[in-house]
Amino acid sequence: MTARLLGLAVAFVALLTVPYWMPGDYYVNVSSQILFYAIFALGLNILVGYAGLVSLGHAGLFGIAAYATGYMLQLGYGHVPAILVALVIGLVSMAIYAVLSLRTTGIGFIMITLALGQILWGLAYRWISLTNGDNGINLPGRPQPFGVEINSANAYYYATLVTFLLALAATTVFVRSPFGAALMGTRDQPRRMNALGYHVWAIRFWACMFSGLLTAVAGVLFVYYTLFISPQTLALPASAEVLLMVISGGAGTLFGPVVGAALVVVVKSVVSGYIERWNMLLGLIFVAIVILMPEGLVPGSARLWRLAWRRASKKGAQP
Amino acid sequence: MNFWLLLTVNSITFGGLLFLLSAGFSLIFGLMRIPNLTHGSLFMLGAYFGATFVGGMLGVAFDFWIAALIAAVLVAALGALLERFLLRQLPGQPLAQVLVTLGISFIAADFCLMVWGGDPINVASPEGLVGFLRVGPLVVPKYRLAVIVIAIVVAIALWLMLERTRLGAMIRAGVDDPDMARVVGIRVSQMFTIVFAVGAGLAAFAGIIGGPILSVYPGIDQDMLPLALVVVILGGTGSLLGSFVGSIIVGFVYNFGQALLPELAYFVLFLPMLLVLILRPQGLFGRYVP
Repeated sequence: MTARLLGLAVAFVALLTVPYWMPGDYYVNVSSQILFYAIFALGLNILVGYAGLVSLGHAGLFGIAAYATGYMLQLGYGHVPAILVALVIGLVSMAIYAVLSLRTTGIGFIMITLALGQILWGLAYRWISLTNGDNGINLPGRPQPFGVEINSANAYYYATLVTFLLALAATTVFVRSPFGAALMGTRDQPRRMNALGYHVWAIRFWACMFSGLLTAVAGVLFVYYTLFISPQTLALPASAEVLLMVISGGAGTLFGPVVGAALVVVVKSVVSGYIERWNMLLGLIFVAIVILMPEGLVPGSARLWRLAWRRASKKGAQP
Repeated sequence: MNFWLLLTVNSITFGGLLFLLSAGFSLIFGLMRIPNLTHGSLFMLGAYFGATFVGGMLGVAFDFWIAALIAAVLVAALGALLERFLLRQLPGQPLAQVLVTLGISFIAADFCLMVWGGDPINVASPEGLVGFLRVGPLVVPKYRLAVIVIAIVVAIALWLMLERTRLGAMIRAGVDDPDMARVVGIRVSQMFTIVFAVGAGLAAFAGIIGGPILSVYPGIDQDMLPLALVVVILGGTGSLLGSFVGSIIVGFVYNFGQALLPELAYFVLFLPMLLVLILRPQGLFGRYVP
């Protein structure tokens, strides 16, 4: 337990001081990307890890929040109404997703969310009068939360970090609350939970809504980071990517999605500078994870660590 | 008049291609309960292999149909290996199955980009099927009619295989109730490899047959996979008739949607699927809710 606390403290300090030890703005920007994708992955993990519902359409929700922000700004509204409308639209879309896809679980849920994500992508791609099609929407600039400029790489990193820490704290509270326990109950034993008097559908629905909120927040952070949104953000590969972040890091753990987000973003933006075939590398990493650590990187490493620890202490006990 | 006729022929042709693609997808889904997210990649690999064989490789250019068969057999073998050595290790773990099939599809997409580059490859129609068939005032491309015929022949062959042979009866039993099928002595997991290989081969065959119509380009895997998914949700998993009817419906909705409502084409495409999900979650001809 103390090792865990120590690790968390080191990670926290490392996150706080990123602009001081990263070699240059580019890497600070990569860190910002990792953090908002981590928020996205945390949101999806609520469903994949804790509710046992695998969504392959979350990029649609992420993207629709980003589009809503861009569109509102284009219409001439301020940043605050734009962000609020984006969050509301993200939540409403999530509610529609949930009502349609919670009719099933398992593979059925995957298929329906995939199809819903494709609908949103199709609208973004083809409804040119609204979304400007493949050319996307440019944003005029970033907001100034509480009067602070966040145009530099460092400032935007800290804005993202604060949001990330809030999202992580909210997720921790959510997962450890009685509601979180009930949610895991519906994942493992839906029938028993039903017999015990829990409303399984409603529990899943509200878990979806929390997941949708985190996703929409990540979408808004994304669009203010790139200042541009195009249909690519909503496409199936984007949904697959965030799902892979969750599964590769470790679904159903608090830090797994964060590690997964770091893995995918680093391969995508840093390693791709050195290796042309980074997509293939990413695919190979995923296959390797499934073969070597099917439970994901974080629980898998923890298991190996415990195993090594036990072996070491056994050796110590037998001189 | 000709506009509507052409649109109808295009819809049925596209429906035929979708049937070739989704019949295997549906059987794999129904029998193995695996969301095979590599199915679009198998389609794409078949298309690229076929295009290479037709275009000539090491100075030898194959006849279109022979190239299609070789490509289908190659991808079927690949599918069998994939099932045997990867998916077989992960029974009942949908998360790991999703991760591994997506990982493979990333690898396949990048492999195709590496070998064949980013430019679309146009595949010529086979000799004898170039040009148009004229019936009075009507003009219909010959190749598209041929694709319809092929799809119908494959559909009948698959139907005979499933309904009239011992293997088909065993597959149907496995789709309906895998546990009970095992109890009565059917080795369900041995059939997995067969069904997966057949599904992969059919997808690859669809890819090369679709070459002259769709051409072959990077990203075609992600264009086709959701369509196969819609077909299966519409028709019902594990049902051959369902795949057939679903493919024709999607073929019509897709082509007419593209022509009449281009801005909402994708929205219109997924609308019938949502209706089916709400009114009949097991699909039009499915027997169980996935």
